[in-house]
Amino acid sequence: MVQLTINGIKVNAEEGMTILDAAKSVGISIPTLCHMKNLFPSGACRICSVEVEGFRGLTPACAYPVSDGMVVETDSPRVRRARKTIVELLVENHPQDCLICVRNKNCELQDLSERYGVREHRYVGETKSHAIDISSASMERDPAKCILCGRCVRACHEVQKIGAIDFTKRGFASIVTTPYNKGLNVSDCILCGQCILVCPTAALREKSSVKEVASALYDRKKYCIAQVAPAVRASIGEEYNMPLGTDVTGLIVTGLRRLGFKKVFDTNFAADLTIMEEASELIHRIQNGGALPMFTSCCPGWVKYAEMNSPEILDHISTCKSPHEMEGAVLKTYYAKKMGIDPKDIYVVSIMPCTVKKYESARPELKEEVLPDVDAVLTTRELVRFFKIAGIDFNDLPESEFDNPLGESTGAAAIFGTSGGVMEAALRTAYWKLTGKELDKLEFEQIRGMEGVKEATVNINGMDINIAVVNGIGNVKQIIEQVKSGKSKHHFIEVMACPGGCINGGGQPIHQKPEKVMKRIKVLYQIDENAKHRRSHENESVKTLYREFFGEPNSHKAHEILHTKYFDKKKILNN
Amino acid sequence: MHKQIFESYQPLDRSSLIPLLQDVQNIYGYLPENALRDISDFVGVPLSRVYGVATFYNQFRLTPLGKNIIRVCRGTACHVKNSANILYALESELGIKAGETTRDKQFTIEVVNCIGACSIAPVILVNDDYHGRITVKDIPKILKKYQTTTSAAKKSEKAEVAE
Repeated sequence: MVQLTINGIKVNAEEGMTILDAAKSVGISIPTLCHMKNLFPSGACRICSVEVEGFRGLTPACAYPVSDGMVVETDSPRVRRARKTIVELLVENHPQDCLICVRNKNCELQDLSERYGVREHRYVGETKSHAIDISSASMERDPAKCILCGRCVRACHEVQKIGAIDFTKRGFASIVTTPYNKGLNVSDCILCGQCILVCPTAALREKSSVKEVASALYDRKKYCIAQVAPAVRASIGEEYNMPLGTDVTGLIVTGLRRLGFKKVFDTNFAADLTIMEEASELIHRIQNGGALPMFTSCCPGWVKYAEMNSPEILDHISTCKSPHEMEGAVLKTYYAKKMGIDPKDIYVVSIMPCTVKKYESARPELKEEVLPDVDAVLTTRELVRFFKIAGIDFNDLPESEFDNPLGESTGAAAIFGTSGGVMEAALRTAYWKLTGKELDKLEFEQIRGMEGVKEATVNINGMDINIAVVNGIGNVKQIIEQVKSGKSKHHFIEVMACPGGCINGGGQPIHQKPEKVMKRIKVLYQIDENAKHRRSHENESVKTLYREFFGEPNSHKAHEILHTKYFDKKKILNN
Repeated sequence: MHKQIFESYQPLDRSSLIPLLQDVQNIYGYLPENALRDISDFVGVPLSRVYGVATFYNQFRLTPLGKNIIRVCRGTACHVKNSANILYALESELGIKAGETTRDKQFTIEVVNCIGACSIAPVILVNDDYHGRITVKDIPKILKKYQTTTSAAKKSEKAEVAE
């Protein structure tokens, strides 16, 4: 323990702690920009500068460790002046278009400008101008709005270990971009959107589909249907000042109806359907000597990663479409027939916590008879904006239930939104399929939580099934290497590209509260615990669907409509 | 052909990135895109970072050089002797900016900070020849002299092999 004084307050801090953390422990907030929790300090932006007695210059609090007897001033006139100058210089080289910016009122540069009372343009000079990169189906990159804090670069390199973007050139010409400034669509980017979540400004953002969804809703010929992913209901409340971890399922349903959707269905229904297909596929592979281990296919970011980097393992990935694509496919076949609607008139909108889903829904092979399974994808953030435009006061909405039959779901489907959830749901059903009995204990604690790679062994009918759960695409490399070298002992591996799973997806509300992921995960487990049915095979509507339409899981018809294929994209990338 | 260079380096060692870039540039006179990709795979550093390093340092070029390299001194003495005008005249005569190469691959203009020939300022260096105390009027004459010569041809031949 060391004792130091910060702003006249005696502080006891652990050795090795930074001034920033020590100050935080006594309620003193030092602003940061480039700092990222749990990563090595970069000390690049200098906004956290503080005055330390006996030091000549100002010291970055995020990078400097405390020592015994240290006397720190975090808010002296000199510190304030320095910080204000930094903000002024950043603001001056940043487009002055807050009024029409997508991050207006949720921008760290704006907050800092306000905090340090920037009220005039003191520096006039050349400002950078860069073109917006709209090449990808999911994301936009606007380097003119970039303040070069480097957080996206670190999220991409150090957290996700992809490295699609980096600092290039130097000095005034510096720009964070892809190799040869070629555009995200031909880079190593998997469009996971983790960079959007850490961007302090609007330099990185999703490609908005609000306009096209709005015009579809006004088109009288169109039969618009919305479906909501599990992770959205656990996070959207944060945008309405509700406490972290509030379940707002009923409110979203009402809100979507008010937007004009004729039906509001639950992607969780298709999650149950996915489990029926995927568990059957796994059993089939184990019993018939198919490619093992089998990887899950729910995460389009992971699928894109495998296609671009390890095409040789593509036959290890389950051929099941992801749940929202399944839901769309069922809507445009079974449901259209049942209701007597022309599938061409059905317009399916997925509300997703994910940016890659936009890219996925545009994949050419995911179109049933030239009709896309899903017509548009809105992220959680876009839905919030859409509600705002439509004058929907979310906090005051009454709750309502999903429509049926594609609105019924079990607890197993709800946990799809978190790392380990797909695996847990699949095990519950696989156990039943193989033994004819139900599991006594449904919770698999070993595969819950935020750890990068979680492993477990489950004994079913005398056979040991080895499973692994990976979250954060950076952790998947080691697993792929094992599979490639034939040393993998696993049977079934779940991969989610975002740390923590979809719950922390690139389309989720943006704020830098570190406890957000765990709080959101808790919501999903709560939904599961309180559910009447907690196993996918108990979903009555899914049973009916098989009885009336598909016959049985992995039937020929199911294969045609619910399964897909993957392509080697390594070559495209290298040319 | 740059792959032979890899033999003298340990794979997956980040610290060999800059020496490798230098060696590859010595072969081609610039850094071709496929070479950057190979270096990225060999060193185990994402292509974006390799590209970032290559664009950060002035010593690296991403486009091939012309047959003749004109280095315009913009050091203090030359500046006082109006080297800005010399540069401007060269740029407008060749129709390119500093750092670029003419479309016929004949000339590349580079700006350097001082070539240590202040006594004959303003000075330009064409390939290995110093031209001192020049005026704007001398420029067409100097350029003409090199348009036909092939003194730097070796370098550009190597560059063509890379493509």
